[in-house]
Amino acid sequence: MRLVETGNHVAAWGARLARVEVVSAYPITPQTQVIEEISRFIDEGEMDCEYIPVESEHSAMAAMIASAAMGVRSFSATSAHGLAYMHELLHWAAGIRLPMVMVNVNRALGPGWNIWCDHQDTLAARDTGWIQIHCASHQEILDSIIQAYRISEDPKVNLPVMVCYDAIFLSHNYMQVEVPDQETVDRFLPPFRSLWSLDLEHPLTHGSVIYPDDYEEVRYSMFQGLENAREVIKTAAEEYREKVGGYHGDLVDAYRMEDADHALVAMGSVASEARVAVDMLRERGYAFGLVRVRSYRPFPAEELAAFLAPLRTAMVIDRSISFGMEGPLFSEVKAALYGRGGVSVYDIVTGLGGRDITYELIAENAVAAAEGGLEPRTTWPSVRINEHHLLSKRGVEGLRGKGGAS
Amino acid sequence: MRLKDFPEEELFLQGSAACQGCPGSAAIRVAFKALGRNTILSVIASCTSVFQSPFPVSALDLPTLNMAFATGGATASGLSAAADRLVAKGVLKEKPTILVWAGDGGTYDIGIQALSGAAERNTDFIYVCYNNEAYSNTGTQRSGATPYAAWTTNTTRGKGEWRKDVAQIMVAHGIPYVATASLAYPTDMFRKFARAKEIKGTRYIEIQAPCPPGWKFPSSHTIKVARLAVQSGMWMLYEHENGKTTYTAGTQRIIQGQSKLVPVEEYLRAQGRFGHLFHPERDEKRIGEIQERINHVFETLQFTHKMKEHIMDIELAPPR
Repeated sequence: MRLVETGNHVAAWGARLARVEVVSAYPITPQTQVIEEISRFIDEGEMDCEYIPVESEHSAMAAMIASAAMGVRSFSATSAHGLAYMHELLHWAAGIRLPMVMVNVNRALGPGWNIWCDHQDTLAARDTGWIQIHCASHQEILDSIIQAYRISEDPKVNLPVMVCYDAIFLSHNYMQVEVPDQETVDRFLPPFRSLWSLDLEHPLTHGSVIYPDDYEEVRYSMFQGLENAREVIKTAAEEYREKVGGYHGDLVDAYRMEDADHALVAMGSVASEARVAVDMLRERGYAFGLVRVRSYRPFPAEELAAFLAPLRTAMVIDRSISFGMEGPLFSEVKAALYGRGGVSVYDIVTGLGGRDITYELIAENAVAAAEGGLEPRTTWPSVRINEHHLLSKRGVEGLRGKGGAS
Repeated sequence: MRLKDFPEEELFLQGSAACQGCPGSAAIRVAFKALGRNTILSVIASCTSVFQSPFPVSALDLPTLNMAFATGGATASGLSAAADRLVAKGVLKEKPTILVWAGDGGTYDIGIQALSGAAERNTDFIYVCYNNEAYSNTGTQRSGATPYAAWTTNTTRGKGEWRKDVAQIMVAHGIPYVATASLAYPTDMFRKFARAKEIKGTRYIEIQAPCPPGWKFPSSHTIKVARLAVQSGMWMLYEHENGKTTYTAGTQRIIQGQSKLVPVEEYLRAQGRFGHLFHPERDEKRIGEIQERINHVFETLQFTHKMKEHIMDIELAPPR
């Protein structure tokens, strides 16, 4: 079935086709359409599922941990402040080793209130033990959610998966998607499985006090689970191609990298602009390609090194900032390249809070990088201090002069 | 129900890491006996997280999910929804009792939002707050349940505020069953758990849990202090069902005039946490304030009780 839908509605279709049985979620812009659509599916009898209308995101994740612990396939969706609010329980979900899938619509964090796209929310959840898949199209959202259950429930992984897509650009824009039928998805995705569940026949205690003698081993097993996910993500995608059709699945997605001298590195929907920029740059005589990081955790260090190490230039596009350091993707790309090749790595931080990233801006900076005209650290090419910023700055200084605010 | 009629099966096993005289472990034992094996348990961050014993052993012989501090109500919603699915699919023959076990910190303070949410959704579960009136697990800091004038490590001259009453907040949610219980009245507690088990929807049971190290009394005095709390009116026993509150056990006897309120001073003197009310000199003002509040509550209840009896007399009187 071919649909023209918003990314959010497509995500709801993903949950439906994955035969999710418990959904616990709290509304937050720009995620709301996901849970509205799921509610509608349930109300109209199209989806056999319990929906828990929790009173907060913290509770959304707690309820999801509990339902997954009972051995039932569970789903949630959130964004930005919601993801931050449930942060404690992201650690709990992964640490107690439960398979589940949550959608996060990448959105900026306040203050001031900003419902538009950047990656600050997801990247701040980096070290929770969740697998993070970043999508660049509606079809990828659908395919990734279905595959995410397969990955999450693989006994070698048994960890939660976050499927991330950009606010507004993907959440609210309409795109065409090919929706497979239920029987086809069923052939790909077996019924829920997990390494453990709360079992009345075999009562065990989960998540109790653990001393230094054992804690490190638990963390190591999570580390191993994420390492194992590298292979599982790939095989799940291959199986999906075979049984369902269509391919979204590697840790990275490359465009025109075969004969590239330079590369752009990006994540999420900006990869589309970056493709246009690559074509433009090629026309101008710069042999650029694009590597899109699809899996942020596990991070595709080997894949990136293989693509980037032989090149002259790599320019990272960061849609978030690690304050007091640099763009987070930039840090990780450099770490992946450490000790390998002499490629010069550059970074632009742009597109925060939904600001448009144009392909012209990408191309302009890419040329500067390729020509050695860009500083080899994080730069902010789209920041423009305008009259409002200056006015507010003067306002503060004026108050200081009068001894008011300090 | 008499003590000797309690089921023999122990679902709270020997060798727990509880302190001597721990009220939490005593309460959990009675609760488990009343609820039986077909129970899924979630323990919310509290002393129970610790005294169940550390990995890889456990004193809890029920399938148990330990959860973070603010999650009690929400965890129940997840467990219950999933259990409903498993029953619908025939994986489970009958729905297990969903039991959330939390302390007063996890109930009165950090967890009240999740609890309120679950109650509003009328999630099908039993929520237990074992109320030791402080953050005992972290070394006795004040909570919303700490009574007025009680010493804690961060109210060193006695708490300046009166405690809130979460059981009444739960009554205000309109849930099917709310009860309070005391360790000194185990058969009353058992009966309340057994009653709660029969009901669908959100059920809230709060057990006062006198904590020897936190309240500073000898570990052999837990039950004695619990009994004094009820006898002095500092802790009241009741159950609320179908819009009606019924006082039970010791509290009922005081209201019906079968026994007298013990002066609260006896209760306060039994615990080191109120020691500053008596040493170096007697704090008449605060002791008086506490007694006055109790008197006010019980005078009202006793008056209402007499009025009801009176009205009943009129109704039952034969026509002349």
